[in-house]
Parts: sequence; structure tokens; C-alpha cells
Amino acid sequence: MMTDLLQVLWITVWDVLPIAGIIFGFQVLVLRRPILHLRRVLLGFFLVLLGLGFFLQGLEMALFPLGKLMAQQLTSANFIGGGGEGSSTTQSLDWDAYFWVYIFAFAIGFATTIAEPALLAVALKAHQVSGGAIGVWGLRNAVALGVAIGIALGTYRIVSGTPLHWYIISGYVVVVIQTLFAPRMIIALAYDSGGVTTSTVTVPLVAALGLGLASTIPGRNPVFDGFGLIAFASLFPIMSVMAYAQFSAWWAKPS
Amino acid sequence: MTSQAFLKTLLSSAYDLVPIFLVIGFFQLAILQQPIPNLLEMLLGSLFVLLGLTFFVQGLEMGLFPIGESLAYAFARKGSLVWLLLFSFALGFGTTIAEPALIAVANEAAKVAADGHVIEATTEARAEYAFGLRLTVALSVGFAIVVGVLRIVRGWPVQYLIIGGYVGVIVMTMFAPPEIVGIAYDTGGVTTSTITVPLVTALGIGLASSIRGRNPMVDGFGLIAFASLTPMIFVMAYGMLG
Repeated sequence: MMTDLLQVLWITVWDVLPIAGIIFGFQVLVLRRPILHLRRVLLGFFLVLLGLGFFLQGLEMALFPLGKLMAQQLTSANFIGGGGEGSSTTQSLDWDAYFWVYIFAFAIGFATTIAEPALLAVALKAHQVSGGAIGVWGLRNAVALGVAIGIALGTYRIVSGTPLHWYIISGYVVVVIQTLFAPRMIIALAYDSGGVTTSTVTVPLVAALGLGLASTIPGRNPVFDGFGLIAFASLFPIMSVMAYAQFSAWWAKPS
Repeated sequence: MTSQAFLKTLLSSAYDLVPIFLVIGFFQLAILQQPIPNLLEMLLGSLFVLLGLTFFVQGLEMGLFPIGESLAYAFARKGSLVWLLLFSFALGFGTTIAEPALIAVANEAAKVAADGHVIEATTEARAEYAFGLRLTVALSVGFAIVVGVLRIVRGWPVQYLIIGGYVGVIVMTMFAPPEIVGIAYDTGGVTTSTITVPLVTALGIGLASSIRGRNPMVDGFGLIAFASLTPMIFVMAYGMLG
């Protein structure tokens, strides 16, 4: 276990090293000025590294094995067949036999997004820059709700077997229409929210869910359908964050 | 770091992790009706997750945010667009080329390509293909940060560029070989790592607040969105050329 932790820390070091090299290189060679509070900044880098190492190793020990196993069990023919009325073959099951899968998809999408460190970082910055108008929790809840709806709909898509590109293209159309009406200050932040959700915590669990589901249902391609869920997870937060801003603006307006 | 600030961060990290434990616990005990295996390891792992998130947030405020912003101010004061764009490219390229998640996806993609007889099934050909893919993604992220920074400096509205990118993705999806499409969509997600996101966000906001006429809220965000959009287009192009 200690060697695992060291290995994760080592990988994180490789993640940080090029970034540190570029920053300090430009600082010394191009900008030619000393870094303010250098010791504090270095300590900060060290804490980020240590924190990410512990975070990833902890997830690997506590949540990922159980979460992935759970995704497999919930999507297995046994569980779904047992939940339906009497039918034992997966082929003849209706889409509503997967009731618990949708609930799990929604819940795990929401919960992993709230725990996502990159989203927390963006929410902290947005709160600061907007002068408190955008709440840290408001934004994170909006993004998490978007991911939850996206993943739930994505699992329904795998079950029903409808083509992925119809969902993605109509999603893009909705985003474009919302962009026309949303408050200007939220637009860039909303687009960013789509990118930060597909990160450390969400991707492994969601990919396991997609993979499990696609291998249970005949005629699905595990690789393609697993990727499809991640596409949903990065599209829907854009809509939910713009909707959140539109709702807040409407709510604040004295009628 | 004061112990009071540490405790406050620790407590808020605990709140962040409550939902995920509730969901996993509920489904394990109530729906699947099975006991929690390896309880001790679970508890230790949870402690690691909690401490890790706390350290990360502390380090963010001390290291990544301030350095991102102070770099943006320093470049704005220097007033050289060329150096700023060079730095943006280096940052995007450098953070991506060594990204472990990308290396994993690239190796997987090389395996798929070898199985599908797109390339020869030798170790050399696979390594070459995987490295080409990594280079493509890193170039695309460098390009994305350059365009994003240029947009902040010039004050272009973010939506035209993003919508143009969407159109690009849809058009490329129609023409790219099917086996590369899934990989292309996936690379969009792996490029925005947990360390890159805070740094790039701080850089954008720092730039938007130090250039007159730019609003940090309207103009400062958007770099992440570009960085997750361009790899899809570039990787599909790689698949068409390869």
C-alpha cells in the first residue's frame, strides 16, 4: 500500500514537473523578475502534489473498487432480470427494467461531480471574480445536476440503442439557443464547466457504468458506448449552468 | 497555513465527500444488500481522500492561483504579445505531452489501430502511432490556449469560437474513420487535468483583469472550453491522415 502511494505520488510529480519547468523558465529567462513569496508558492506546489497523491490513492482504496463493482452488479443480467417481472432473458426486457440503473447513474453523476477538485477550483475563482454573485455551492450544484441528468439520459440511450450523434447534435442546438438568451457574464464559465467535469473522480466510475451496461445488453459496443457517457457528462453541465444563471437573473428581478 | 484555516478547509472537504459516500453506501446496503468489504481499508482510503482534498485546496490558494495570476500581470506589463503567446503554447503543450491519462489513452488507441490493421502490428509501429497521437493532442491544446489567450487580449466573444468548434467537431465526425471517433471524443476529456485547470483559469482571469476594457467574468473564463474542444478536431484529422 505504501508503495502504491509512492507510485501515485511519482505519477503526480511527472504531471507537475513540466508545468513547473515552463513557469520558472519563463519567469527567469523572459520576464526576468523574482517570483513574489517564492517559498509560499513552492510550499503551495508541494501541497497540491501531496494532496493529489493522497486523493487519488484514497479513491483507489476506498471508492473505485466498490463503485466499479457496483456498476457491474447493477447492470448484470442477474440483477436486472431479478428486478423485472418473471422474465429472465435480457433481450425481452423493457427499458424500465433498468430503473435502478438510471437512479444510480443520476446519483453517482451528481456525487462524483461535487467531489471533483478541478470544479471546486473553478467555483472558488468564479465566486471571487463575480464579487460573490455566483455562489461556490450554487455553481457546483448546477454543474452536478447537469452531469447527473446527462449520465442518466446517457444510460437510457445505451439501453434504448438510439444513435449518439442525435443527442449530441440536439444538445449543441440547445446550447446555441441558450447562449442567445443567457446573461453575458455566465457564457464563458458555462462552457468551461463542460470541460472540468470529466476529470479524476467522474471518469473512472462513469466509464465502468457504461462498460458494464454495454456488455450486458446484446448488440452494444463497449468501447464506443463507454465513451458516449463521457460526452453526455461534458455537454449537459453547459446547459444547466446557463439555466442556473437565467433562473437567478429572473429570480433577482423585482416583479 | 494556520491551523484554523486548515480545520475550516478540512471540514468543507468533508462536506464535499458526503454525497459520494452516501450514494455508494446506500446502493451497497439497501439495493444490492451486501456488506461493505474491507471496511478497514475503506476507512483508511476515505481518510486519504479527505486529507488529499484538504491539502490540494490549501496548495491551490498558496501556489497555483497566485502564480497563474502574477504571470498574467507580468506578461501584461511587459506588453509583448509574442512572448505571451509563446508562453501560452508552451503551457498547453507542456502540460499535455506528459499527462499520464493521455499516455494511457494513446497506448490503448495504438492497440485498437493495430488490431484493425490500420498500422502494422509491431511494437515499433504501435509506439510510433501512440507518440504521434500524443504529439497531436499536445499541439492541439497548445493551439487552444494560444487562441483562447488571443481572444482574451482582443476581446472576441467566446461563443462564436466555441460554436465554430462544435461545427468543426460535427463535420469531422462525419468524415473521420469510425474507430478514431471514440478516441477523439475521449481525448477532449483527458487533457484538462486537475492541475492544469486551476492554473489556466487563474491565467485567464489575471489577463482579463490586467487588460483595460476586459471584464474578468466575461472574458477571463473559456480557456478550458477551448482546451477540451480542439483535441477532438485534431485527433480526428490525425485519424484521417494516418
